[in-house]
Amino acid sequence: MNYETVIGLEVHVQLSTKTKIFCGCSTNFGASPNTQTCPVCLGLPGVLPVLNKEVVQCAIKTALATNCKVVEKCIFHRKNYFYPDLPKGYQISQYDIPVGENGWIQIEIDEKAKKIRITRVHMEEDAGKLIHSENSRSRVDLNRAGVPLLEIVSDPDINSPAEAYQYLVSLKQILEYLEISDCNMEEGSLRCDANISLRPVGETKLGTKTELKNMNSFKGVQKALEYEIVRQKNLLGKGEKIIQETLLWNANLNRTESMRSKEDAHDYRYFPEPDLVNIIIDEEWMSKTRRSLPELPQARRGRLKNEYGLSDYDVEVLTIDKNVADYFEECSKYFPNCKMIANWITGDVLAVLKDKKININNLNVSPEQLGGLLDLIENGTVSGKIAKDVFLDMVCTGQDAKQIVSGKGLVQLSDEGELVSIIDKIIKQNPKPVSDFRAGKQKALGFLVGQIMRETKGKANPQLVNKMLREKLS
Amino acid sequence: MPKVSKKDVEYVAKLARLRLSETEKKAHAEQLNKILGYMDKLNQLDTSNIKPTSHVVEMQNVFREDVAKPSIPVDSALQNAPDKKDNFFRVPKVIDA
Repeated sequence: MNYETVIGLEVHVQLSTKTKIFCGCSTNFGASPNTQTCPVCLGLPGVLPVLNKEVVQCAIKTALATNCKVVEKCIFHRKNYFYPDLPKGYQISQYDIPVGENGWIQIEIDEKAKKIRITRVHMEEDAGKLIHSENSRSRVDLNRAGVPLLEIVSDPDINSPAEAYQYLVSLKQILEYLEISDCNMEEGSLRCDANISLRPVGETKLGTKTELKNMNSFKGVQKALEYEIVRQKNLLGKGEKIIQETLLWNANLNRTESMRSKEDAHDYRYFPEPDLVNIIIDEEWMSKTRRSLPELPQARRGRLKNEYGLSDYDVEVLTIDKNVADYFEECSKYFPNCKMIANWITGDVLAVLKDKKININNLNVSPEQLGGLLDLIENGTVSGKIAKDVFLDMVCTGQDAKQIVSGKGLVQLSDEGELVSIIDKIIKQNPKPVSDFRAGKQKALGFLVGQIMRETKGKANPQLVNKMLREKLS
Repeated sequence: MPKVSKKDVEYVAKLARLRLSETEKKAHAEQLNKILGYMDKLNQLDTSNIKPTSHVVEMQNVFREDVAKPSIPVDSALQNAPDKKDNFFRVPKVIDA
């Protein structure tokens, strides 16, 4: 039987506010355990939470950027359960009136656009962190307890692991463009759970779903879903039933595993949080926020294509990181050939960032300095090949291209008089390739050009050498 | 026919991690039924033209600016913990994490 895959994703994103959602404790990552806590986030008796306005602001931005309807009035609920990482015995979250609902984002799959609907965007607090390094005890660090989260839930509109991956990439891009989170999966600031079920093609009723947790990368989400499709297909093929349960992805063994916990049906007994008053988002607040939204990835791709005449590929790569696109646009103020800038950024610049594991904002070469280097290539001062080395030098030293080129004597040799004597010498030293070329072997010319480049330590203008050599040998 | 059975009381007690004696279970069932009975009385009122109350205080948008305040010293944070080690709280091992 052929099955259709139905996937819905639940993303938790940690907001990069300075303080927690209901108290003034810092949210800095990596602080020593339990040093960023206070009576509010420790859940001590007699304290009151006060909502961080910036969290609401981030939530409205996210709701608008994902085309959600922003509710006029929303409230918080208590979600009651006991777990050692939850000091109050309840999580303050949103329930039936989330800040945003009924939105969508667009993803690209097989070069086609597809809309994935967003069920809801809501605010909540994070729990603390449990560490299971000891045999008989778990350790609790409550620095993370009360860090603001947004939960973004998709409709079950995703039909393959590849689509799930694309959805996550697109959503992360939007969140990064909004600058509300650093979206770092390793530090846990972006987390994703997946609901997945299969149904016979043509069937409209949803099959029994399982919930997958514990994936710590987008590729991990994709792999876990791929595994789970096979597992569910096998069960259904044997006529067995899918058990609705939560499964943990084991990245080491590449499989999902049942939690085997006593499946107490969760009963969270949600009720309105009496310690927090209503949140009213009026038209003024909303339109002010709407006006403050940055250009979002999809819009920016369109504009970069039209404004700078770039290819789909260039635009795609440049806009993955907003800062890279900013860098490109800044650079274009200093150098007119945009295609060349794009080539350099998508090539050498991104390679260096990857190699050094840094963000483009921490790159030692400013957009103006990159423009300066490209100028030197364009006006023939340095060859493209030498420019690559100059660029690496710039990355290490932070110096201008001009400084490095003149300091190291890398100026391209374009003086015909000087080149002629070198070319003559190489022709003399290599009678075999010379006769080969004359006999029609084009490859031999490359060898001779290479020898000349070597003789000049790469400084000879290759186009000129090529031209002069051809003239000499014809 | 009472609304709240002994079984309901046991279930709610379990969710709240309370250990109740048989006498307590009986007492709680009675009290809970009285409370629900009162709710039935309230339900007789016509509230079709009244908006649901989400909060009894007539205030809205009480916010805090996103400005950090000093946290408390870690020793104070851990002061009441029955078990602690290396500035962590310690609890019995939690299996499913």
